[in-house]
This record gives sequence, structure tokens and C-alpha cells, in this order.
Amino acid sequence: MNTHIQPENSHIIAVLVDNEPGVLARVIGLFSGRGYNIESLTVAETDAVNGLSRITIVTTGTPMVVEQIKSQLRRLVPVHEVSDLTLEGDSVERELALVKVVGIGETRVESLRIADIFRANVVDSTNESFVFQIVGKSSKVDAFVKLMQPLGLNDVSRTGIAAIARGTGRMKKK
Amino acid sequence: MSNKQISGSEIVLEALVEQNVTDIFGYPGGAVLPIYDAIFNQNRIRHILVRQEGGAVHAAEGYARSTGKVGVVLVTSGPGATNAVTGLTDALMDSIPLVCFTGQVPTHLIGNDAFQEADTTGITRPCTKHNYLVKNVDDLARIVHEAFHVARSGRPGPVVIDLPKDVLMALGNYTQKSKVKIRSYGAQIKGDSEKIKLAVAALAKAKRPIIYAGGGVINSGRIASQLLTKFVKMTGSPCTLTLMGLGAFPASEKQFLGMLGMHGTYEANLAMHASDVLVCIGARFDDRVTGRLDAFAPDAFKIHIDIDPSSINKNVPVDISIVGDVRHVLEDMIKYWQSSRSKIAPKPLEAWWRQIDKWRAVECLKYEQGKSKIKPQYAVQRLYELTRKLKQDVYISTEVGQHQMWAAQYFGFDHPNRWLTSGGLGTMGYGLPAAMGVQIAHPKSLCIDIAGEASFLMNMQELSTIRQYRLPVKSFILNNFYMGMVRQWQELLHGGRYSESYMTSLPDFIKLAESFGMVGLRATKPEDVDEVIMEMIKTDNAVICDIHIDKSENCFPMIPSGAAHNEMLLGPEDEAEKPVSEEGMVLV
Ligand SMILES: Cc1ncc(C[n+]2csc(CCOP(=O)(O)OP(=O)(O)O)c2C)c(N)n1
Ligand SMILES: [Mg+2]
Repeated sequence: MNTHIQPENSHIIAVLVDNEPGVLARVIGLFSGRGYNIESLTVAETDAVNGLSRITIVTTGTPMVVEQIKSQLRRLVPVHEVSDLTLEGDSVERELALVKVVGIGETRVESLRIADIFRANVVDSTNESFVFQIVGKSSKVDAFVKLMQPLGLNDVSRTGIAAIARGTGRMKKK
Repeated sequence: MSNKQISGSEIVLEALVEQNVTDIFGYPGGAVLPIYDAIFNQNRIRHILVRQEGGAVHAAEGYARSTGKVGVVLVTSGPGATNAVTGLTDALMDSIPLVCFTGQVPTHLIGNDAFQEADTTGITRPCTKHNYLVKNVDDLARIVHEAFHVARSGRPGPVVIDLPKDVLMALGNYTQKSKVKIRSYGAQIKGDSEKIKLAVAALAKAKRPIIYAGGGVINSGRIASQLLTKFVKMTGSPCTLTLMGLGAFPASEKQFLGMLGMHGTYEANLAMHASDVLVCIGARFDDRVTGRLDAFAPDAFKIHIDIDPSSINKNVPVDISIVGDVRHVLEDMIKYWQSSRSKIAPKPLEAWWRQIDKWRAVECLKYEQGKSKIKPQYAVQRLYELTRKLKQDVYISTEVGQHQMWAAQYFGFDHPNRWLTSGGLGTMGYGLPAAMGVQIAHPKSLCIDIAGEASFLMNMQELSTIRQYRLPVKSFILNNFYMGMVRQWQELLHGGRYSESYMTSLPDFIKLAESFGMVGLRATKPEDVDEVIMEMIKTDNAVICDIHIDKSENCFPMIPSGAAHNEMLLGPEDEAEKPVSEEGMVLV
């Protein structure tokens, strides 16, 4: 059954939903129940007046599967809008990470030097540890974490990707 | 209702009345006692007491499918709700509008593993179109009205409303339907007119067209079926229907090729395979229909009309997709077909029909009724012939298995909403409670469950309900003493090792009927069949017919899993010649 093998691509999908109990479970359940991938997922309330949250999902799939994902999301009752940031013009994506590095001496100095190059900030420090805050594309965060590995990398917390379309457009309540 | 505060239970009933609900199917328990108390004090809504919650949901499905209204269910918390899950899933798969009220432990106990607590919204999230947990009595009326809207609009489906007991007992304000603003849910009704024009143009250019329609036409309402019939006739194209779509186009029309798919007719499947333009209307390219995907209608330009965008390009990529309500889209297609004076070129169309007639000449549904054993096909065919001339409307439900396929193949449906079967989920035990629900909605009609003996045993507790309400439901059991469909697959795929598919220790169905105050009839020889059917029709009580059929009969034609439309097995002779592929073995 290999007549039309389509390539798999990564897509960033933004979903504007009612901020109500169970809404995240509906979205996650949809992905697990239908066997779609989730590479990153973030959610937070973005419009308190209208009670709306925004979910940003990074997923991979063939064009047919990605279309399916979007149509299935649009079927959910609390979903107002679904937008494929990867397909619908330019967008900005950012991820924040907190990276803890433990060490003394030369490695400690080296970690500071690299943090400087990456414009990471120190948000906590003890005599033998730093917590760096780094913001950027996920690939930048990946690179930073990798460089910290031999320098005493101890713990990492990442937010997952937040993304937004460039220009004047916005996601709207139905 | 003015500003007077009423209890949550009364709010539920008030909202049901405003939604024109007249009958609900349910079963009481601790968490819903306040609603039952409210039911006791009124006579606007009739409550039908089932014998197991699963029966209530299937009955509501039958009610909904035969009337086009939303079916309503009321069950208690915990086991009441979990018993409803199969029926909810069934309704989701077959797009049947239901609203199911479930009781819940009081809000302050939720999450405490309280007695008869279940995470009902969690459990039913994947098997409903939407669900609600009501935490505040003042939201209750709005939620009920919204639930009805969600259940019936767009692609219909089941909605659960979970009702903590304290919310049912609290006093609150009623909100009228007209005051409720539905938040975010709405479906596209009108199809894109540019695409409709393109679709008409493509169909008009066809040499080998086929129209393949499904349950979406039925869900779109009676007029949709009339429009489909008109459209098929004006184009001159052949038409085939899915299992869910039977009745959407009259079976007695010459242009009807029969059902398509796994147990569809030879002519329908081969016409699909050879078609050059295929118009799918309110169907979803289900795996029972398509067979092996990469060999599905390989040369066809495909047009898909559906109200649910997620059905489009899910299994089969199409060339033109039109999202909208079938009725509106058909209306526009007919208008445009007429105004543009479209016509399929007669020469190739005639050649196409000559080809189809050759396939028809194979007579794939032919069977031989000998002198000794009753052939199931014969029993169904006689049931059809002896009931079709009746003045009464006839409704047929089925269970799941071989008998279901024989019913689909040998009973002809000329009208929508008369055929009720569990298509998507394939739920044994669906037919009897479904027939019961139909009979509640249509007290004067002839409601027959064409059943298998194994399926019948799955929900036969509902005989008691049928008796209580004096419903003249007829059970027509094609008794082969086997889970016949399982046996058929074991024969085809597992070397005839009939593991656990024999049905022994069955009840004496005549005595069973009598024990419920019904009439039991039995046919064991071909000459008994007519007599039993006539007697069944004459009897105004409920009847169980135990029709002993040829145990070894199998359903043909058959496209085995993983095979293509043009690789059909026509009969037992083919079985040996065309073994099922390994890829096919893993499919269901
Ligand atoms: C609830 C449920 N359990 C199991 C099955 C699998 N199954 C499909 S058909 C069938 C046998 C049905 O036997 P019967 O009702 O006697 O019908 P027959 O095929 O003999 O006509 C079974 C077990 C099912 N469809 N539903
Ligand atoms: Mg059987």
C-alpha cells in the first residue's frame, strides 16, 4: 500500500478554545485516540474577559494527516479557531527554558561564557550552581542544553513552543 | 416561566418540554432520584422504564433514527453511566442525535471515590460528540438547550449531561431556549457554489458515473432522500447505497445497484471499481465500503459531499470536496444541473448500463431453496414480500452478524428511516431495544428485529419492557445455532476451527415468549416460513419467531478484508480458490 507515500512535516498549530474544565483533555484525547503525534504542547489563558485559552501544538504528519488533525480539532465544541501557523504565512515561535548547571571552577566559568553568547540570563545562583533562563527557537534551546551537558548540566525545564503569526492578524472568538 | 426559582430536576423537565421531548428512556438510581420525583409529579413527558441502561440508549437510537428527533436517555451515576457507554459509542459512530442525562454524586464528593461515582465526563469524552458536567444550577437550562443543539446540528451525535445530585436539588432560574446564545458550535449548511458547478460539470462529462450515498442523506431528512432520488433519475447514473444509507434511494428503482461494500452486490462493487466519476453523498469511505484502499475506484474522479469536513480526505483523497448539508447541496446541484442543461452523453452511458447489466446477470444474490433446510435468504425475502404490500409502515432493525447482512441484501427499502442497524460499531444486542424505541414512536407500525440468536441473548431482558408497555415488537430470529459471522470468518481464515462460536444451551424461544406473555412461533421447514410470517403479522401482541435456518450458510458475495472491489468471492467455490492475503488476516 505504498501508492502515495507523502512526506511528513512538522506543523505548529494554534487553537483558540473556551477556558473550561476538560478542554485540554479533549484536545490531548483527540491526539492520543487517533494516533497523532504531539511534539510540544503549551496552554494558558490568553483572554480573561472572554474566557479564552490558547493551545499551541507542534505535530508531525503527512499533509493528509495534518488536514485531518485540523478538521478534527474544529469539530470540538469548545474550539473557536484553529490556525496552521506553518502553512498560513510567516510566524514567530519561541520557547523558554530554565537550565540548571552544577559545578565549580573552570567549568562554571565556561558555562557563564556560553550563556553570555546565547543571551541567557542567570536567574538563580549558588556557589556551585546556576539556573539559566534562555529564550529562543527550540533549536537554539537544544544547542544551549547540549553545550551545557559536559559543564554540569543537572536539570532542565522547558515551556514548549509558543507561536504567533507575524503582521496584524489575530485569532478570533466565534 | 417567570423569575420563580425551581429545582434542578424541574429545570431539566422544563427544558425537555421546551425541546418538544415527549418520551425518554431510563432507569433510576440514587443519584437521579430527584429527577424521578419530578417525573412522578407530571404527565407531559412519558418515561419508558427499560431493564438495563444499554437498552435505554439503543431504544433512544431507534426512536431518533425512525423519527429524526433527538433521542433522550436518563440513567443514574456509576454503573448506570458505564452501562450506557456502548450505546453512546454506537450513536457516535452512526451519527445519531441523543441527549443522555447521567446522575452524578454531589459536587462536594466528586473525586472521592464516593459510592457509585464514576468519572462519567472522562469516560464518555471520546464516545460523545460533547459532554457537560453541570456545577451550577443556574447553568443547567442553558446547557440542556445547548446540548440539544449540539446533538442535532451538523453531523449529529450523542451528548452527555452529567448531573450532580446537589445540582438537581438546588433551586435555580430557568432560562428559555430563545434566551440561550449558543457559543461556538455551528456547521456549514450551504455548499460552495463554485465547487457545486465544478462537480456538476465533471459528472456531466462522465462516461461511467456512479452515485454512492450513505447515512448522511438519511440524517439530512426526508427531503434529502427525495432530492437524491430526483438527482439520480435526472442524471441517469447508477446509484449504490451504504449499509447506513439503505432507503435513501428506493430499492425498487431500476437505477439502484444494491448495497456496496464487503457484502455488497457484484454489480455495485464492480461499478464502483470501473467508474470514471464517483459522487459520494453523505458517506465516509468506510473500510467496509472501500476494501483495499490503493485499489479503490482507481480511475474515478472523486467528488465528496459531506457536512463534516473531517470526513473529507480521511481515507480516500478526493478531487472535489463540498462541505454542507446534503439536502442543500443536492438542491443546488439539481438547480445547476437544470439551468446549465447538463446531460451525460447518452452513448457511453448506454454502454455503461449494458456493462452493468452483464454484471447483474451474474445474479450474485441467487440462492437455492431446497426442500429440507430453510435458507436464511429465503426467510428474509419472504418476510419482505409478505410485508411490503401492507398498509402499515414497516420498520426493520437488526442485530449484528450474518442475519444483518442478509436483511440488508434481501429486504428492500423504498423509504428512509425504516432501516435501523448498527453499522459503525457493529453492536450485537442493538436490534431488540432499537425496535422497542421505534415502536414507542410509531405505535401503529410493524416493527421487526431481524435477529441472530446469539445477538438476541445480549439484550433480551428488554422483552420485559416490551411486555410492560404492551409493545407489539416482532423478533424474527434467524437461528443458526452459531455466531454465524464468527463461524464464517473462522471458516475463511482459521481452517474451520470453530473456536467458541457454537451456541448451545439456548432458551426454548417459544417458551421464552410465553413466559413474557408473548407469542412464540417456530419454523423448521421451508413450507413453515410463510405461515409463521403471516401469523406474526396477524398477531397484535409481541411475537418471537424462531426460524431454524441452514447452519452452514454463509454471506456472499464477500470482499475479504484487504481485498479490492474486483476481488469478490461470489460463493463457497471461490473461497478455496482465492485465499485471503496475510495483510488481510490482520484486518477486521
Ligand atoms: C457486542 C459484540 N460482541 C462481539 C461481536 C463480534 N461478533 C460479530 S457477529 C458475531 C456473531 C453474531 O451471532 P448471531 O447473533 O447468532 O448472528 P449470525 O451471524 O449467526 O447471524 C459476533 C460475536 C459484536 N459484533 N458485538
Ligand atoms: Mg446465529
